[in-house]
Amino acid sequence: MIEFVLCLILFCIGLYCVVRKRNIIKIIIGLGIIEYAVNLFFILIGYRAQGRAPILAKDQTVINMVDPLPQALVLTAIVIGLAVTALLVAIAIRIHDKYGTFDITKIRRLRG
Amino acid sequence: MLPFFVVIPLACAFLISLLGKRIKNLSDILANLGTLALLILSLYSIGLVNNHKILVYKVGGWIPPIGISMVLDGLSSFMLVIVGVVSFLVTVYSINYMERFTDKWKFYTLFMLMLAGMNGVIVSGDLFNLFVFLEIASIASYALVAFGTEAEELEASFKYAIMGSVASSFILLGIAFLYSYTSTLNMADISLVLSIKEPGLMVSFIAVLFLVGFGLKAALVPFHAWLPDAHPSAPAPISAMLSGVFIKILGVYALCRVFFNILGVSDKIFFVLTILGVISMILGAFLAIAQSDIKRMFAYSSISQIGFIIFALGIGSPLALLGGLFHLFNHAIFKSLLFLNSGAVEYSTGVRDLKRLGGLNSRLPITGFTGLLGAMSISGIPPLGGFWSKLIIIIAAVQAGYFMFASIAILISIVTLAYYLKFLGFTFFGKLDDAWLKIKEVPWAMRFSMIILAIICVITGLLLIPILRPFLQSAVEVLLSGREYSSIVFGAIR
Repeated sequence: MIEFVLCLILFCIGLYCVVRKRNIIKIIIGLGIIEYAVNLFFILIGYRAQGRAPILAKDQTVINMVDPLPQALVLTAIVIGLAVTALLVAIAIRIHDKYGTFDITKIRRLRG
Repeated sequence: MLPFFVVIPLACAFLISLLGKRIKNLSDILANLGTLALLILSLYSIGLVNNHKILVYKVGGWIPPIGISMVLDGLSSFMLVIVGVVSFLVTVYSINYMERFTDKWKFYTLFMLMLAGMNGVIVSGDLFNLFVFLEIASIASYALVAFGTEAEELEASFKYAIMGSVASSFILLGIAFLYSYTSTLNMADISLVLSIKEPGLMVSFIAVLFLVGFGLKAALVPFHAWLPDAHPSAPAPISAMLSGVFIKILGVYALCRVFFNILGVSDKIFFVLTILGVISMILGAFLAIAQSDIKRMFAYSSISQIGFIIFALGIGSPLALLGGLFHLFNHAIFKSLLFLNSGAVEYSTGVRDLKRLGGLNSRLPITGFTGLLGAMSISGIPPLGGFWSKLIIIIAAVQAGYFMFASIAILISIVTLAYYLKFLGFTFFGKLDDAWLKIKEVPWAMRFSMIILAIICVITGLLLIPILRPFLQSAVEVLLSGREYSSIVFGAIR
């Protein structure tokens, strides 16, 4: 049970980082933390203590196995996360070109 | 034929990215043919839904609770038609408009990817697939918002990307909780398992996660901050797509599907939706009045109109759902028309500031007239489409006993009329500035899209007459069937 709580705490740390930090790069890192917390949570759902991979072999039966579906889903989620992070970093570089700073309090041309 | 809704735009995106740079005009032709094919397919799907009620496609031949499925029912086909109409007209418009930017083929590639994502969200029958398609559409739209790569556009795109990604994480967390609770990802199967289990705190917690996630995508008021930056910064065709269909598919449609058909609606959820809808309605409208940038005003207006739709869904009676979905259709048409108008104004004058424009009606007669029709329709002037949908929503609110909210809705309609009159007055009427004496009407492709959208705007009221009504009614029935959805889907498989 404690793992799940820790996982949600990690999620909240990421959320805090996105909401409170002023540096664009730190915000991106915060987003990464959120994504990893969710992925970790997904993996934990499928985990069974002492479980093993659910591979059917001839003369053996798997009694206690780990759920493989969340692992497949997390692989997809990681790839999506990679795409988002790459896009965000690319935008951050362009923003630095235009504004000359990473500080979001100074990047405020849009208002209203 | 269901996979074609995703395959066609994906194939177009692939071909355009591969060949678009070498062969000139190929990207224009391919993108337009692709969206035309999607429009025809979506219109054809109306007939299919009329005959069969529901179609289920089994991906790879695996039977759904184990394999992935795609589902076409009344609501899906309704949404597919909206996406088909708007995306086709927007690509026609882009032929001329996007000449101002370099690398048109990159634009079309991203556009088709976004389209594939949106159509995928609509036809998907699997919750995780819905998430994947949602992310495809979102990532393409983050890039499209930054397409101009000016300072403001990058800033808006960054803000949008961060908030959108946080929303996606909430949705994924919701899916993780739902999977741990029901051990399945198929939407119909989840709904079946949940109807057997006792309703507990877990379902409410999941509902909150989904509400935050999809609410952020739909720009409901506590989560709206990204929209007024992101939508005006994108090129005009993309603003039309984002405001016209994107927030509705990723926000409203997904919210409807998850709450009505999977989690099941309760009084609490209806109450929350009503309150959120009313707040968005009020705040969006009052913030819109103060704007002097045309596109920014329209963006706030989108928040207000989405509020109307969510409010109607929150009332939850059959009439209100009809009104909400009808307003969704109308809003898709006239908001994309208005954004295309603003694009036409910007195309010929290069200015978006209301204070510097004026009297353009003599120079841009077609833009002016279609803009007038769009603005009158959105503010609810009688013969036009917007009037009927707002009327239905208000009647339904009175019938359900929400007298105060109904009067607020009427008040907001008047405020809407006020800021659209401000837009018309400052842009098309009044004295012509000397600077704009030499401008000409926009090219034919842009005119074509605006005229067609204006015609649809005028005739949408006809959707309520008995012959055409099944189109709306079948969508409403899907929402009304609620948890029955699972037995309908499993009935279609056997």
